[in-house]
Amino acid sequence: MIKHKKPDAFYDTFERKGAGQQTTHYCPGCGHGTVHKMIAEAIDEFGVRDRTIFCSPVGCSVFAYYYFDTGNIQCAHGRAPAVATGMRRVHDDAVIISYQGDGDLAGIGTAEIIHAANRGENITVFFVNNAIYGMTGGQMAPTTLIGQQTLTTPTGRSAATDGNPIGMCELMSALSAPVYVERVSLGDGNRVLKARRAVRKALKNQIDGVGFSFVEILSPCPINWKLTPMDARKWLIENLEPAFPVKSFRDTGTPGAVATARAARDPSGPIPDDEMVRLLGSQSEIETIDRVTGLPEQRVKVAGFGGQGVLSAGILLANCAISEGLHATWLPSYGPEMRGGTANASVIVSEESIGSPLVDEPTTLIALNGPSIDAFEGSVVPGGLIVANSSLIDREPARSDVRYCMIPASKIAQDIGFQGAANVVLLAAYAAIEGFPAIDILRRVIPHALKKKNLVDLNLQMVDAAVEFVAEHPVAAPSAAPLPVR
Amino acid sequence: MKQLMKGNEAVVHGALVGGATHFFGYPITPASEIAHAAADFFPRTGRHFLQAESEVAAINMIYGAAGAGARTMTASSGPGVSLMAEGLSYIAGAELPCVIVDVQRAGPGLGNIWPEQSDYNMVVKGGGHGNYHNAVYVPNSAQEMCDMTAHAFDIADRYRVTVFILSDAYIGQMMEPVEIPDSVHHAPAKPWALGATSETRDNLITSIHMSTADQAAHNWKLKAKYDQMEAEITDWEEVFTDDADTLFVAFGITARICLTAVQRLRARGVRAGLLRPKTVFPFPRTRIAELVDQGPVREIAVVELNDGMMADDVQLAAPSVRVHRLNWLGGQVPTAEQVLEMAAQKAGQR
Repeated sequence: MIKHKKPDAFYDTFERKGAGQQTTHYCPGCGHGTVHKMIAEAIDEFGVRDRTIFCSPVGCSVFAYYYFDTGNIQCAHGRAPAVATGMRRVHDDAVIISYQGDGDLAGIGTAEIIHAANRGENITVFFVNNAIYGMTGGQMAPTTLIGQQTLTTPTGRSAATDGNPIGMCELMSALSAPVYVERVSLGDGNRVLKARRAVRKALKNQIDGVGFSFVEILSPCPINWKLTPMDARKWLIENLEPAFPVKSFRDTGTPGAVATARAARDPSGPIPDDEMVRLLGSQSEIETIDRVTGLPEQRVKVAGFGGQGVLSAGILLANCAISEGLHATWLPSYGPEMRGGTANASVIVSEESIGSPLVDEPTTLIALNGPSIDAFEGSVVPGGLIVANSSLIDREPARSDVRYCMIPASKIAQDIGFQGAANVVLLAAYAAIEGFPAIDILRRVIPHALKKKNLVDLNLQMVDAAVEFVAEHPVAAPSAAPLPVR
Repeated sequence: MKQLMKGNEAVVHGALVGGATHFFGYPITPASEIAHAAADFFPRTGRHFLQAESEVAAINMIYGAAGAGARTMTASSGPGVSLMAEGLSYIAGAELPCVIVDVQRAGPGLGNIWPEQSDYNMVVKGGGHGNYHNAVYVPNSAQEMCDMTAHAFDIADRYRVTVFILSDAYIGQMMEPVEIPDSVHHAPAKPWALGATSETRDNLITSIHMSTADQAAHNWKLKAKYDQMEAEITDWEEVFTDDADTLFVAFGITARICLTAVQRLRARGVRAGLLRPKTVFPFPRTRIAELVDQGPVREIAVVELNDGMMADDVQLAAPSVRVHRLNWLGGQVPTAEQVLEMAAQKAGQR
């Protein structure tokens, strides 16, 4: 049954062209008014006007919000499915309609519609396809037919230049998530009745939580087709319908796999504030110590192959600093450099707040491999310290004005049973030599810092071995140079 | 108890205490840890995380979620923020509140993943088409990445604007101790939003004003809002400015380096000071003008990882004083000594 009364989901008057207007801004014979009315009637029928949010596109229907007495949001060209996605994640019970034309949906917004459909967003998309850009005056659309003349295809669309018209229902039905995909036509009265049923079903699917529904409506544009309204409908049936078959592509009638999975998720909302504060603050509960003041600023460069634990040794050191109530910065090499090549971490520890986090003149270099000592030996401050992994470094430092400790960290780690912990051996050697971090703190921080808890004991053995090694191999003072000062 | 974390991770902690409920993102180095932490924390605290198909989609999801009344955010780096330009303009036009984090890398184009501050003009001057601004906070530590992000949601809602956290690859990648605030912020009532209720049914989110008179009125209203922001939220930090005749101006990572440089100059008896903007829109131009007009400042050195973008704003604020531009590009970050060397060199060129 066609109602001739104005649906409640329309405003009483349309104020776009002045107060008290009763007609839309659409041209005579345009299909938008018909589609608007079908949608408004369906909103009325399901009683969802208050919770409906209508997403207007860019195109002739940009002003749909002058007509629909619902929540309204006007979207950038082609982006309505993304906007609808954003709103869907906020309001579970909103009825969200994305109303789009062919330039909007099949041209500039192809990515947004494909991905919203592929996520199975529980929204309803009405795609009005009139094979031409209406609002801007009649340029080629992605759905313009081969040979069809438009302002930008004055001699007719050519496949050689412009490609073929896009079938959006065909694309939609290649995805698994959409539950309902149908193409309908406004070519004549019977077709309009079928279109009306499709609009209704697409909206009901959303209200019932069934999933993503997509209805493409072949619609006349007499003005830009340069035909009378009657001839336009005839042209639509004779030309558009053969290119865009009018049929149901998919109609599962039941919630799709995506909707089912979504319904099964934990429905509990945001956790209480106190729980949030506890969660965010709970990651570190290491007993701290009050250290003796007077620690010179430590600028430590840890360097080695990617995968040797260079970055994590730096993090361990910085965590020890926090536990001693000190300021710390940790700056990594990162990105592609970190994967496969050399890696280094710069750590600064200070009793005062730290300015630049860059370590250009380290007070200590912890070198895990040969290239690292080659690269950074020269930058160590006079009187500074080099702790080098002698398992992989076959030379002593060339500098005579620095202290150094050659410790076979990889071999020690291997002997204990976990070669990957050579970094901890070297760090512990540094701690044993400099008196920072306190060995006790290092031992307390390791269980918190390690992700693999089964390796805690092995790592603590690394610390013991390093301390023992340093005790047995005192670090030689440099030939002549002061200790590093701030 | 402080926790050691990356600036990028601190952003997510700040967002959660700031009351953020919806994160829409797309991965990009050096900002990806923000998406990683959001993907971890948002769902398990009953919030929402969604990886968008592009930054274009992400900013439009934000348009939808913000229009629906949520506290929402995304994070990216220059190439991604470029893609968001359209959405940012619509958000400004429709006066929606949201928070965007830009962890700057070197550009133009694909550039590289090392720090630059060369998104300054794009972000501070708007980024998209039309007459609008974003509020722009510039953190210089992991702690500020947390605190400014939390605060950003309040500012976004207060003025109904986009608030940027304009960071850089070092501030994002660097780990520092962070104290997580112990109270959670919440969004105010938003009667203008689309609530899918009878009370909000009349609401319309749009940026169209078809008549020139309406568009003019709207744009002047936005302008008044930006002026109000300048009066109310302009923020900066000063170090040794009381008697400084040489003033360093820098933000983000370069402000950290300049702090070290200024401390070294002071140790040598040079009366140097540092003004560090914490907001670059609104810009502390009035304070800079005061320091020049009423203080002993004789020259200004603006240290930036771009070709002098903020220096333009400093020179506008203080037209009577010599503004030296100390710039590094391509992801090269100077040491404090290199800053001092270039400062001496520029001063010698007078």
